[in-house]
Order: sequence, then C-alpha cells, then structure tokens
Amino acid sequence: MLKVSKSPWLLHYDGSSCNGCDIEVLACLTPVYDVERFGVINTGNPKHADIFLITGGINAQNAPVVKQIYAQMPNPKVVVAVGICACNGGIFKDCYNIDGGVDTAIPVDIYVPGCAARPEAIIDGVVRAVALLDEKRKNMRKEAAQ
Amino acid sequence: MSTRSIVPFGPQHPVLPEPIHLDLVLEDEKVVEAVPSIGFVHRGLEKLVEKRDFNDYVYIAERICGICSFMHGMGYCEAAEHIMNVEVPERAKYLRTIWCEMSRIHSHLLWLGLLADAFGFESLFMQSWRLREKILDMFEYSTGGRVIFSVNKIGGQRRDMPDDMIRDFLSIFDGMEQELKTMAATFLEDYAVNTRLRGVGFLTEQQAHDLGAVGPFMRASGIALDTRKKGYAAYPNIEFEPITSTVGDCYARTDVRIHEIFQSIDIIRQAAAKIPQGEVAVPVKGFPNGEYMMRVEQPRGEAVYYLKANGTRFLDRVRVRTPTFANLPGMLETLKGCQLADVPILILTIDPCISCTER
Ligand code: SF4
Repeated sequence: MLKVSKSPWLLHYDGSSCNGCDIEVLACLTPVYDVERFGVINTGNPKHADIFLITGGINAQNAPVVKQIYAQMPNPKVVVAVGICACNGGIFKDCYNIDGGVDTAIPVDIYVPGCAARPEAIIDGVVRAVALLDEKRKNMRKEAAQ
Repeated sequence: MSTRSIVPFGPQHPVLPEPIHLDLVLEDEKVVEAVPSIGFVHRGLEKLVEKRDFNDYVYIAERICGICSFMHGMGYCEAAEHIMNVEVPERAKYLRTIWCEMSRIHSHLLWLGLLADAFGFESLFMQSWRLREKILDMFEYSTGGRVIFSVNKIGGQRRDMPDDMIRDFLSIFDGMEQELKTMAATFLEDYAVNTRLRGVGFLTEQQAHDLGAVGPFMRASGIALDTRKKGYAAYPNIEFEPITSTVGDCYARTDVRIHEIFQSIDIIRQAAAKIPQGEVAVPVKGFPNGEYMMRVEQPRGEAVYYLKANGTRFLDRVRVRTPTFANLPGMLETLKGCQLADVPILILTIDPCISCTER
C-alpha cells in the first residue's frame, strides 16, 4: 500500500461519456467505496485541483473546455482518463464526432480501462495518481533548486 | 433601475452534474431568461448504425446513457422485434419488466442523492447513494455489470434469473423499503428541505401540456400519462396507476419520484409472483425490413425509438427522442423569474441526462 502524503483534490469532468463511468466516479465518493477516507475530495474548481479525472472521449465542442480546465490547474497535476472511451474512444471510436481519447487534447498520465470502469479500478487509478503527483512535486523542487 | 447582465453557466461548473451550458440573463438576482447551448457530449451514435450490424447495435444503444442503459437496449430491441415479427418468450418479458423497474429505482435514488447535494444536505446524499448500491449489487449479481448490463438481445434476454435469486431479491427489497420510508420522511417532511423545495419552479398543467413535458416532470403537474400503460414487456399484466401530483413545484416532483420508487418495488413483486417458467430467448433469423416507432417509459419520461430497416445487415436510420430533450423547454420556463441561487435545484428537478439528449 502506498503512503499517501497529501490529500489530493480531484476535479471531475464529463467529456462525452455515456454517464456510465461518470456515475461510477461519483459512486467512488459515496459510502460503499468512499475515497474520502484517503483524503480525496471532489472539487468543482480547477484551481483547487491536483488530479483531473476525465470520462468520455474528445469532440470538437468539448476539446477547448478540456484544454482550458487543464491550463487552469496548478502544477504539479495528474490527468487520469477513466473508461475505455477516455482512453482511446472505445465503442464510440467510429463516430463522426469523436476525435479519440483524451490524449488527443491534453497529456494523459494514467489510463483506467473498463466499460464502465469499476469503482475499484478508478480508486486504483487515483492512488497511482497520488504517487505520480509526489514524484512530479519532487521533480519540480529539484528543477527549482537548480 | 436594475441592469441586465448575462452570466455564463457551465459546461464545467461546481454545481453542475453534467455538461450543459446556459446563458442566464439576470436582473439583479432574478433570472429573466435562460438560453441553453448544448453539444458538448454529442458523439453521433445514430449515424453509427450505418457501420454496425443491427445485432451489434444493441451494445451501442445501451451506451446512449449509462443510467437508463437497460431501457435503451430494451427499447431498441423491442422496436427491432416488432419489425421482424419476433414474439419474445413470456419469461423474457417479465425479466425485462423486473430489470426495468430496478433501473428506475436506481435512477430515482441517484436523482434524490443529487438533489440532496444541490440543496446542501450531504448526509442525505450519501444515504441515497448507499441504498442505490444495493440495487447495483443486485444488478451485478443478476447480469454481471454494475451500470452497463448487455443482457438484452433481439429475440429475448441473454441471461435468466433463477427463481431463488428472484426470491433473494424480494427479501432485499423488503429491507430496502423500510429504509426508504425513513429517507422519504426526511425528503418530504424536513423543515429545511421543505423551504428549499416548496413553491419553487412552478409548472402548471397547461404549460406542461403545451411545452410537451414528459415523465415525472409532467406527472407532478397533474397529467396522468405513463407510457408503461401502453403495454410493452410484461406491463399489460401488471396493475398500477400513474403517480401524479397537482402542485407542479419542486416538492411535487420529489414527491412523485419517491412514490414511484415504492411503486416500482410493488411492480417487481407483482412480476415475481407471475413470472412463468420457460425459455428466455428465441432464435432470430434474417434481416429486418420495415420501420417501427417504439415508446418506452424511462425514469425521466417517455423515450421514442424509431428504426428504419432495408432488409440488409445495416439499418437505414435510428432515431431516439429522449425525455430530457422533451423536458428542456419546460425547464427553461421554470427558470424564468427564479433566483440565481435556485438555478441548480431547478435544473436538477427535471432530472437532466445530457448524455442521452445529445447522444
Ligand atoms: S467507457 Fe463505456 S461506460 Fe464508460 S463512458 Fe465510455 S461507453 Fe460509457
């Protein structure tokens, strides 16, 4: 088990998901799975967030929104793509209005597959994101020291 | 004199559960007009039917929306079955009814939770979602999936529920009903909750009719229409009456949905008592040719599926009219004249599902 050094705040945005992964992300916050016990809090404000959870693929309309949210988040930040549609378009890959996964718009650090991604998998993704966040923070300090 | 200002709201906003964008025209704190713009979740599912076999499209139809996924799959299958003149076995029809009602309970509980969150009652939000997990467990036990089930196919169901599983479920529902009663009392009688819900967002019966509202949003304004009464799946053999209220405010809509949860449990009990033995699917041969319009009552209201087939593996056209789309004009009407602080609750009381609206 990883040592959680800080309480990560996460921001969740629904790209073009079918809501399946979306409600599973919310289910993670509620009593049965309860990620708040790890100190994870869901925030709506990008400037408060460390982890960006995103469900669903990218289309022409939401790409600027996703990019804007990403730009507003302070460094260090980690992007977690939840569900197979966020990973690479998934079942909607052939749709005319889907450009592909989230990585077509912003860099993705962690991919959580599944359709719908199970809450256990999402929590695993978040825990990994926390570890990565620590690493990024260290690197940032190093760079600043140089 | 108050000046007018326009506040953009969404698509990403702390209080919004789903990406919709509204331009709110304000006069001080009062909303005078709301102009929606949508398309953030548009994928183009309807057109995908030209590339996917009509049997495989069931999986796509399920993913129109992850909350009513079962009903979307079923609506598509029933439309295709009508075109192909396939008679689904009786047991499959009852299974569909049971799973449909379970979907309705889970959707309404989800909505109650979000509503509680919108008026800032965190523990009630958690309680609703805790109860909802029980339904998801039952879904997982019977279908293998928590939100996407893939148990529908053209010609019947892929899975059967053994009789002892149904019996187990009934006893779980007995326990749930008790917990629900406690929770319902808080929603309907708590003083603080009442002040947030009562007298907010009126929609009159005439407005509901003229604006073409559907589902609980319409029934809370006094129109007793329920597509389940039109008889699909095993509903013709089930006794129930549409639940209505005549008040038409947010409180009435909450009231209607809470009573629909109890009604759904009752329908499941009736279906469990009547379910016959037998096959759950019939083999389907050939390709569909013709067109059909299927109407299904989803948790949010009536959904319409239109299928046009040309005798090949690929359908010509699939069209879905989803309940949220029908309810948007009504929502915009209720927003007029409300206070800015009430906007989240008003958006929520139609139970918006943007992902199925935009597909
Ligand atoms: S991965 Fe599957 S369940 Fe998740 S949003 Fe995409 S289609 Fe829906």
